Formats: sequence, structure tokens, C-alpha cells
Amino acid sequence: MLLSAILTGLVLGGTYALVAMGLTLQYGVARIMNLAYGDVLIAAAFGALVLFNVLGLNPLASLLVVVPAGFALSYAVYGVVLQPLAARSPDRASLEVDSILATFGLLFVIQGVALVVFGSGFMGYSFLAVPVSILGTTIAANRLLALGLAVLIGGGLYLLLARTRWGTAIRAVAVAPASAPLVGIDVERTARFAFALGGALAAAGGVVVSMYLTFNATGGVIFTMKALIVVIMGGVGNLLGALLAGLILGLVETLVASFVDPGLTLAATYLIFLAILVVRPAGLFGRIAR
Amino acid sequence: MTTYRRRTVLRGIGASAAMAAVLGAGRAWAQDRKAIRIGYAVSKTGNNAAGAGITTIPNYLLWVKDVNDAGGITLSKLGVTLPIEVVEYDDRSSAEETVRAIERLATQDQVDFILPSWGTGANLAAGPTFDRFGHPQLAATAVTDMAPQVAQRWKKSFWMLGGGHDYAKALVDLLVKQRDAGAINNKVAIASVADGFGIDLSKAATPAFTAAGFELVYDKSYPLGTTDFAPIINEVAGLGADTFAAFSYPPDTFALTQQAVVANFNPKVFYLGVGTAFPVFPKIAGPNHDGVMGIGGIDPDSPEMTAYFERHTALVGQAPDSWASAVTYASLQILQQAIESVGDVDRDAVAQAIATGTFKTILGDVKLVDNQLRALWTVGQWQDGKFVGLAHTERAGAREPVVPKPPFSAAQ
Repeated sequence: MLLSAILTGLVLGGTYALVAMGLTLQYGVARIMNLAYGDVLIAAAFGALVLFNVLGLNPLASLLVVVPAGFALSYAVYGVVLQPLAARSPDRASLEVDSILATFGLLFVIQGVALVVFGSGFMGYSFLAVPVSILGTTIAANRLLALGLAVLIGGGLYLLLARTRWGTAIRAVAVAPASAPLVGIDVERTARFAFALGGALAAAGGVVVSMYLTFNATGGVIFTMKALIVVIMGGVGNLLGALLAGLILGLVETLVASFVDPGLTLAATYLIFLAILVVRPAGLFGRIAR
Repeated sequence: MTTYRRRTVLRGIGASAAMAAVLGAGRAWAQDRKAIRIGYAVSKTGNNAAGAGITTIPNYLLWVKDVNDAGGITLSKLGVTLPIEVVEYDDRSSAEETVRAIERLATQDQVDFILPSWGTGANLAAGPTFDRFGHPQLAATAVTDMAPQVAQRWKKSFWMLGGGHDYAKALVDLLVKQRDAGAINNKVAIASVADGFGIDLSKAATPAFTAAGFELVYDKSYPLGTTDFAPIINEVAGLGADTFAAFSYPPDTFALTQQAVVANFNPKVFYLGVGTAFPVFPKIAGPNHDGVMGIGGIDPDSPEMTAYFERHTALVGQAPDSWASAVTYASLQILQQAIESVGDVDRDAVAQAIATGTFKTILGDVKLVDNQLRALWTVGQWQDGKFVGLAHTERAGAREPVVPKPPFSAAQ
């Protein structure tokens, strides 16, 4: 029973981590508090749905289409909307405020387009909703896939960031944006790339989530909120932190739902959130800036 | 030479302004009115957009189209048949915005009738405003046990979707019959969403189940927005209950079904809340939708209902939901027939006519009791691709329940 709850919790945590990793890149490196993050995710889910229903494309294959599209779109959005803000803001705080306002507007644009194209109804399809038995616990294959992808992406990107020159540049921008140019790093290009990478991760999350969650045009904010909690808890800009925080959240929710009361999952979520922030104010892996 | 003193000029301006006002007002309601103006504020964006987009907006559009295609509404006292003209706002799913829009519709736009927004909360919030402006309120998407009291308080409000007790009692009655026939055991598991609808229904259902001698082996609520139901389904699966009832909202309804399929949890009765009757449910659940019970239902043998489904599908591109959609459309038919029986857009007389008349609707002939529609489908079940009514507050069910339901199959 306990083992089963732990496995179920880890799988749920995988979803949370997958959804949050893009935001941690966007917020941590590009310093854009992207309120439209969840809506990008929903847009990707719609993309997967259309490819599945119209072309009969396997959602796993549609990752190959939707993820690059998410990257390209975010790259363009950063160039058109956010770069001017980044260029004119004197410090990090004012960029955060500006980006919150700008992406808040973006949220309504994406939502409005989705409402016009798809209407406001609930959408969903079923893919890989087959039971997989692990150590005697039955788990849906599509949720397991989300966990696998989260670990793969989280681990892979972590290695890239930690071991490559390119990753070092990104981390330099995340940690000391003012000093990075001194060693020849193009901060603007790096930030733009990180933002686009975050958009690609959001798209990946959207495609995977669309396999097992029903969604509608106005549901993006739920994902933004959840991702934000995971990002803050894990430490802004830290992929491993997001992965770990997501898994912790999933575990706590499932353990509380199984052994205490499903009604208390939300309370438990915020309790653990508070507890972690009290002990480590910058999140699990975060560093207090300056 | 004539000199115009300031006073004369002012007098002239005043007089012409008064003339314009009289003429303008006269134009607004005399014989040359060209349309009956219907206004509504509905949730096109925000949290309620999904519900409004399935149940409310399509039916408003369909009704306006049906009426205008047929030539309009006949006002015998004025000797004209007029088409409907619509004034529409988005209330962004906020109760304050709904109220503001209704005020605007009543004062600024001067519409003849106002249709309500979607949902129990929106209708309860808008009640005082409808009442203040003397507009009839046709609350077709509000489920509330307070309906008898609020109908007393706001004399021109009409409550058409019953209360939590109606649905909970109907479910318990239906299950008692199944138990007494030996089809199911005595154990029931309940999960409910910790929000208006779920709280109302579980509050009504829990004592009703206990009073009927059922053993509640699981009775817990989960927070709004829960996406993973593995813990609940896993626990309930081990408790030996033949009946699983969830008083759930649409996303939960779908997720619970998927989780039950994956976990191969096959209770003999699988009952879910809002969303079960949505046309998207069979698409999401695939073949596993067959035999799932839920709130609502329709009479599959009614030709009017079949025709309504066809018109709705032709206009909107998808079938209506099989619970509140038909009631919403019927509420508009009631409004139309009440206006025609009065023969004028006199709101007091129309409200009186709605309260006392008998109307031919897609639900059959209906008559309101104490400003409430009491003839309601309460429990439905997916059978042969239709969400058929198993229990009704006033008549026998349209179909016999299929218990146990066909087992779920995880193969896609």
C-alpha cells in the first residue's frame, strides 16, 4: 500500500516537474515571469489534439512537430515583445514587473485565439491509457511516460548546463547577468535562447499532459500556478530543483490523499511549500541573489 | 432688428431638447419597433466559459435562430410579428461583471428581456438585479436547494434545474431498487468535489444513503482542480463497494473515468457528476462510456428531443449536453410562449404568464410549480450512444438501468 502510494506519487510528481521545467528556465535565465506559460502549454495540447484527430498522428510523433514549434514561437515572442522590455529595463526587478504585465497580455491573446478556434468546451483524447504493472502497482502508461520524459529532460538539460561551455554561459547569465558580458557572453542572445527553450519544454509538457488530462481554452492558468509553485520551491532557474520539487509535491499529495484525506492535498501542498521556504528561502537549490 | 437675449436662447434650447426627448422616447416604443430586444451577458471567457459554452450560449443562439427563421415572435396586441435582436456581453465569469452587464442591459440598452448567465452562483448573484429592474429571470442552469425561498424573495425568478436533494434522492431511490433486486450489494463509495455542487450533493446524499440502509465505505471530498485520482480509485477499489458515486465537475469526471479504466476498477454502478452528460464524454472515454451513470438524462423516445438534437448539431457542430441544455432551450420556449400569450412585451404580465401557464416544450408539456420547474430527469445512463433518463421526478424512467454496467476495457 505504501509502496503503491509512493509509486503513484512519483508518477504524479513527474507531471508536475515536466510542466515546471520550462518556466524555471524562462524565469531563471531570461528573467521573464511568463504568466502565459500555462497557455503555451494548452496551445501545445491543442496542437497535439488536432494532429491526433485530423492526421491521426501519434502524440509521441507530434512531439517532433509541436516542440520545435513551441521553440520557434517563443523565440519570436521574445524577439518581438520581450526583448524591448529587457533592453530598456535598468535592473532585474523592473524587468520582472514589465514582463509580468506583457505576458499577462499575451495570456489573453493566446486564450482568445484558442477560444475562437476551438471554443470553450473541454477537449481530450485517450492515448496510452493502458495499465502498466510495476512492483504490483497499476499505473497508467501515459503518466509513466510523463515521469520518464521529466527525468530525461531534467537530467539531460542538467548535464548540458553543467558540463558544456554553452551551458556554462547560460548559468552565467542566470547567476550574474551584469557580469556575464565582461567575459564575452552575449546576454541577450542567451536569454532569448533560454526563453525559447523554456517554450519548447512547455510544449513538450502540453503534448504529454494532453494524453491524460482534459483541457479547455481557459485552463492555462492552473498550469502556470502549479509550475510557479514548483519553480519557487525548487529554486528559480534550477532544473534539478524543479524536478525534485515536482516529485516532492506529487509524493506529498498522493501520500496525504491515500493515508489522511484527499480533501487535505491542497493544504499539504502549501504546507510543504511553506516549510521548504522557511528552511531555504531561495528554494531547494536556489541561491540568494546578491 | 431682432435681438436675441440670452434667456430666449436658453429657453429655445430647453424646449427643443424636451421635444427631442419626447420624440426619441416615442420612437423607442411605439408601433414602429422593429424587433424584440433580448440581452444577455454570458461567460465567454474565464472559469465558467466551458460550462456556458456547452450549455448556455449554443442554446441562446439556437433559439434566436429558430425563432427568427420562423418569422419571429407574434405580439398580438401590437398586431405585429417581430424578429429577435440580440445584445450580448461577456461577463468574464465574474459575478460583479454579470450584475453590471444586467444593469447596463436594463438601463442603457433598454432591452425587453434579459437572459441569465451560466451557473448556480451567477444566477444567485444576479437575482437581486433582475428583481430590481423587474425583469423575469429564467435560471435554467442553477441547481439549488434554496430555490423555493429565492423564488419567494424574487417574484419574477424561475428556477428550472432543481436542487441537490432532488438528484441525490433520485440516485438513492434507484439504487435501493437495484439492491432489493439483488443486483448490487449494500456498500457505497462516494467521492465529491469540495465546491458548491459537490458539497450540496454529498450533503444531501450521505444521509439519504444511510437512511436507506446503505453502508458508506468511503465518503471523502477532494479539492477543486485535482487532476490525479489514482489514490482515490486505488483505495475505493479495495473496499468491495458495488456502487461508486462521484459528485464531480467536468475535468474530474473525465479523469475519474480514465483512472477507473486504467486501474480496472469495475463497480456495478459507476455514477459521476457534471460532465457525464456532455457529448464529449463518449469521445474521451471511448467504448468505456457505455453504462456509465450520471446526473441528468433525456427521453430518447421523444421526437421533439431528437429534432432538437439534430438542429443543435447542425448549428453548433456538436450535440447538446443531455442535462441542462434541453432545460435551457425549454426555458426560452417558455419565455416565447409567455410573450405570445400576453401579446406584448409587458414584463409583469409575461412573468405572470410564465408562472401560471402550461407550455409546449422539447421536454414535453410543462407547468411551473411555485416558480420552479419540477419535472426533471435526475439520473441518466449512457446506453447505445445516448444518455437516457433512468429516473424522473414525475414520470417513470425512459429506460431500465443496466446493472452491472459492461466492464471497462483498457485496450484502445
